[in-house]
Amino acid sequence: MNVMMLMEMASGAMGERVGVQCDDDCWTYEDLFQGAGRLAAQVRESGAEHVAILDESSPAVPLALFGAAWAGKPFVPLNYRLTGPELDALIERITPAVLVTDAARAKELEGRAGLDVINRDDFLGTARSDATLPAPDWSMEPEDIAILLFTSGTTGAPKAAVLRHKHMVSYILGSVEFMGASEEDAALVSVPPYHVAGMAAILSSVYAGRRIVQLARFAPDHWIEVAERTGVTNAFVVPTMLQRIVAEIDDKARKPPSALRSLAYGGGKMPLPVIDRAMQIFPPSVDFTNAYGLTETSSTIAVLGPDDHRVAAFNDDPDVKRRLGSAGKPLPGVEVEIRDENGKAVPLGESGEIWVRGEQVSGEYLGRGSLLVEGGWFPTNDGGSLDAEGYLFVSGRIDDVIVRGGENLSPGEIEDVLHEHAAVGDCAVVGIPDEEWGEGVAAAIVLKRQVEASELQDWVKQHLRSSRVPQLIEFWDELPYNETGKLLRRKVREALGSAS
Amino acid sequence: MELKAGSRLKSGVCDTQVMVIAAPVDDLDLTCGGAALVDVAGDAPGGAIDADHKNGTQIGKRYVNEDATLELLCTKPGEGSLALGGAPLTLKEAKALPSSD
Repeated sequence: MNVMMLMEMASGAMGERVGVQCDDDCWTYEDLFQGAGRLAAQVRESGAEHVAILDESSPAVPLALFGAAWAGKPFVPLNYRLTGPELDALIERITPAVLVTDAARAKELEGRAGLDVINRDDFLGTARSDATLPAPDWSMEPEDIAILLFTSGTTGAPKAAVLRHKHMVSYILGSVEFMGASEEDAALVSVPPYHVAGMAAILSSVYAGRRIVQLARFAPDHWIEVAERTGVTNAFVVPTMLQRIVAEIDDKARKPPSALRSLAYGGGKMPLPVIDRAMQIFPPSVDFTNAYGLTETSSTIAVLGPDDHRVAAFNDDPDVKRRLGSAGKPLPGVEVEIRDENGKAVPLGESGEIWVRGEQVSGEYLGRGSLLVEGGWFPTNDGGSLDAEGYLFVSGRIDDVIVRGGENLSPGEIEDVLHEHAAVGDCAVVGIPDEEWGEGVAAAIVLKRQVEASELQDWVKQHLRSSRVPQLIEFWDELPYNETGKLLRRKVREALGSAS
Repeated sequence: MELKAGSRLKSGVCDTQVMVIAAPVDDLDLTCGGAALVDVAGDAPGGAIDADHKNGTQIGKRYVNEDATLELLCTKPGEGSLALGGAPLTLKEAKALPSSD
């Protein structure tokens, strides 16, 4: 198996269709297929063991992904926000490598040992040249590595998640219909290439025959403007992006993109008021989908689909309404179990750790081997529960659970309640050291309007048990997020821990 | 012929190409258009398509045998149809999923 085969099918069946568009630069599937071949020849000649890209989204990203697959080398999209020593440490782990980057960085990295630095424009030039195509002789070995993704390292040195061709191909075949998109369909990709959602977006759009519109840098006004101008029908955003798009539409009386039909979100916990508001301001014809997944599972493993959204959003039954905050149901090829700390399945409805199994599940880090246990199950380190209808609720990372006097408290549950208060714009709940209880509950809150801490404490008390009430509340101007919308809890914990 | 997941095969008598998604570890009598499938890099013997095996293959569709131990993905369409031991493979119905990427 090889992801290159997906591109070959797209090129064979719809070669003239535009596959990728970045500003006005358009590449058909045939262009992309041939470009990948020419770049594969270049990679093979260089003797590189990896093909890395250190750049924003551009047509060079899919070309490098497929070119690497053709050449049989892992593709490594690096975080272009990293600098100096952080970046050097990652580069050291992948040399000898071909590295594609912008002109300024190419100059900086020139001459680095083991690194064949290629300017993005030259790379695109090679792809569009009339150089002879190599034979379509890519390896079909399912175990070959397709993509290495470095984790963001929010809890230590970055680990390289290993996604093999068999994982990515299984994910696509299991979740996307070949040529399922019409010629007018276009997907706006605003997540960076080094995020698993960025990789999944490329592969699924290519297989569906949906034009990818690349947004190099996310800003809410730009997102709306590009989506309108390029006729975007589908988009994926992380929760912070949707929050900002909703605010942009609300505050500046902007119109949602007129061709938009499907808006998927994932990559973090979506605050209920945000999705609620989004469903009000986007036309009812827009389909909302919540996608839950991890890097180690080749992206999405469960979805809350459009019908579930509509039913839950406009329902008075609290059990049904609550599903709007769920991750929906597992994909057909994925099994989910909730287990206790001893790895035993818990009764339905109870909380525990989310375990998954399926052909798209990798659960492997380079140099650390597979984390899959007996039977191919992967412990996600996410906490959650399943309801009677099979809906999956994700409460957050197990490591973030607050243990107060022997009781396990989920920060997500407390955050959900705080978000419902009209004065709360954003919030983060963490555990802080406490002499009496071992750990205590603390909250950093961004306010929309003035309110006393005691009112918020009362609010939590009214909705949850008193053990959940934050003993410390600080008001901040903003919360620390990384650029892909991941809340940096460690920073919140440190700040609130030292304030207590 | 023994098959391995990821192997690519082509029809000897039409344009059909397939990739093996799953296969039992048996010696399989796998045909397309009534003639044996061959390795994608090998020579196609050519010849006429058997009229009983002429229902065609569709790109992007998955084909399975009766107990679903064998699964093939059609990567290039053709006029012949796929069969195992003379029994036609059937289309695997895919569940429609909302676009999540």
